[in-house]
Amino acid sequence: MKFRTRSIHVGAEPDPATGAVVPPIHTATTFIQPGAGEWGKFDYSRSGSPTRNQVEKTIASLEGGVGALLYASGMAATHGAMMLLKAGDHVVAGSDIYGGTYRLLHKILNRSGIDVTLAPAHDTQAFQAAFQANTKMAWIETIGNPLMTIPDIRAIADYSHSRNALLGIDNTFATPSLVRPLEWGADIVMHSATKYLGGHSDCLSGALVVGDEQLFKDLYFTQNATGAVLGPFESFLLGRGIKTLDLRVREQSRTAMLIARWLEQHPKIKRVLYPGLEEHPGHELAKKQMAGVYGAMITFEVDGDLEATKRVCQATNIFGLAVSLGAVESLIEQPATMSHASYAAADKVRFGITDGLIRISVGLEDPEDLQADLMQAIDAGMA
Amino acid sequence: MQTQKVEPTIDDIPVPLRVAGPSTQCVHAGEARQKMADAITDAICCSSTYTFESTKSVIDFIEQKQPREEYGRYGSPNEKVVERKLAALDNGEDAIVFASGMAAAVGLYMAKLNAGDEIVFFDQCYHRSREFCSKHLARFGVVTRQVPTGDFIAMEAAINSKTKMLVSESPTNPHLTVIDLEQFAALGKEHKVETMIDATLASPYNIRPLDYGVDYVWHSCTKYLGGHNDLLAGSIVGSKEKLESVRNLRGIMGGINSAHNLYLLERGLKTFALRMERHNQNGQAIADFLIKHPRIQHVYYPGLSSHPTHDVAKRSMRGFGGLITFLVKDADWRKTADVVDACRISRIGPSLGGVESLIEQPLVMSYFNYPPEQRAQFGIPDNMIRMACGIEDTQDLIDDLAQALDS
Repeated sequence: MKFRTRSIHVGAEPDPATGAVVPPIHTATTFIQPGAGEWGKFDYSRSGSPTRNQVEKTIASLEGGVGALLYASGMAATHGAMMLLKAGDHVVAGSDIYGGTYRLLHKILNRSGIDVTLAPAHDTQAFQAAFQANTKMAWIETIGNPLMTIPDIRAIADYSHSRNALLGIDNTFATPSLVRPLEWGADIVMHSATKYLGGHSDCLSGALVVGDEQLFKDLYFTQNATGAVLGPFESFLLGRGIKTLDLRVREQSRTAMLIARWLEQHPKIKRVLYPGLEEHPGHELAKKQMAGVYGAMITFEVDGDLEATKRVCQATNIFGLAVSLGAVESLIEQPATMSHASYAAADKVRFGITDGLIRISVGLEDPEDLQADLMQAIDAGMA
Repeated sequence: MQTQKVEPTIDDIPVPLRVAGPSTQCVHAGEARQKMADAITDAICCSSTYTFESTKSVIDFIEQKQPREEYGRYGSPNEKVVERKLAALDNGEDAIVFASGMAAAVGLYMAKLNAGDEIVFFDQCYHRSREFCSKHLARFGVVTRQVPTGDFIAMEAAINSKTKMLVSESPTNPHLTVIDLEQFAALGKEHKVETMIDATLASPYNIRPLDYGVDYVWHSCTKYLGGHNDLLAGSIVGSKEKLESVRNLRGIMGGINSAHNLYLLERGLKTFALRMERHNQNGQAIADFLIKHPRIQHVYYPGLSSHPTHDVAKRSMRGFGGLITFLVKDADWRKTADVVDACRISRIGPSLGGVESLIEQPLVMSYFNYPPEQRAQFGIPDNMIRMACGIEDTQDLIDDLAQALDS
């Protein structure tokens, strides 16, 4: 079955008890066992629940993994992966990563004696140069946040493996609809499923997917032991959202391409960072890895200071001023003051999080409506 | 104490959204720009009753008809959002949501018809609609007259001084006959009789009957509007004035929907235009595939040039939906059932319009207890299959049907 058909049917098999085409939401926290010391398929819902497991099966199928685990949030998922590490280990992470991941690496994992070095993932050589003898994990994003840089997944996977390190990759921006990093050699795929997978701004959730049985068992052990699992109602909403994932991502990507091209021509826009544009330094790689569809996240830099940039973000009528992304509603935000506020001031400068940057998440609205809204907001903010 | 926010009405939709494209309307229309707790999504408000600050505020509410909630049966915040969105999508002034499609139709009939009144309806229709009209409205002294679908001369001939409503589906179920809505609405206006169209199979993405002068649009929102086979809902769209009595009666009869369902419906509506686009594509592609297949005797699909109402469909509809009815050549009911049973992607089940494809044999699913003569009268032969295309990959659905027909 093809991707879209799997997203609707795998894991969502009709309920055998009732024939319900949409499986029931199982809210049970505990399950009656066949006997003392004998265990049924489910025992306690932290260890596994029918509704969560169904959606895990769907996501594993979409990413081409042996199994998936759902967490209470994207950060819980990232943390779930990082708990494979121990004191004395080292992580090399991309410099263009989500501010929350930056915070986890620098302010939480450091307390457990785990070191981190940031390096540009889109510059394979520089990234490799950051490896140390104790590097056990490389962590990158399929599309960097917020600068939309594109890493060579295969090259980084091969190098990580040659150094006995795992490659974890945050595939939130691209989604399995556009790229399946396990096929390019990554070991762990992470999602903030809150974004495109859920797609409706209404369920916080995270996922890890792996292609190796032993790795799956290790992650499952940690998840069960630490407990940040996804609840049944969120699992249901997530599974429901995934059914339209492919339609949404492709449509939103089409609209994003139109908007990126239009922004590029706008006299008040200094640069547009979108991997679909030929001028984007990662364009060729993105074309190869993402099969010619480039996602619906765009960052652009206005020709103005922090205040002018703020004004643009605040002047839209359709785009909502909010962090998060990947939903049917278009959103706009200023990385310097919002999604990447966790970056230390020096790192902001070092990694190019400038005051004039604006990041948009292109939603499902009609392209003309979004373009008109951006046009009036830029005019109003930069007047 | 929080300040009371006045609920927006349909007229409060920001001007750009009134003229916005269909997908923008799906995502935003009918919703307050700034919501409770500044959340981007509407809260699910399960409250059965709503409190008043003081006796004075109760009296103010009654005297000044303030737009606020009172008791769940009369309306709820989740319901209002969905009603505004549905009204916007159908270019109507107002919409009323019910517990199911049938509850919506019954709600309209009960509000509008009295003993002695008559309605005329085209005979191709959902069997439960026919059953309600002919068996149950009759119990209340309402006379129903069926005329052949699309036969406007017969419909006009059936109108008399007691006739209060003309009713049709478009496209009809399961023959997918498309009605010329301009003619339908004009006939009603000429005789001062109200008109109602069940546009469930078309959905407002493909046609908006109110634009043609029809008075009421009826939808089973369970289908394309909800779109995920996980909720039941129905709606009537029309002018505020005409719907007032329907709303008042619903408040008494109580066929309302729940906050959880309505939230799911609102969420489903966000991708409605996108899904419809795909249902239309899948429907057309599968109809094109079936019509060339040697085992197929006939295909009913308005998007085929061979369909008797293709011209009116092409003229009035954006696309032709995901429902296809076809006849298997030289097959008795059992051989036809074998085709249905051999499908691996489409599941056997009633309903339509969800992301999952469904397939059924009308003889078995809806007309099993009818005698053969009556089935012949309704145009339900033994070798008829109805497929409701979901939004799966087109090629997967074609391959699945191909193997089912070959086996």
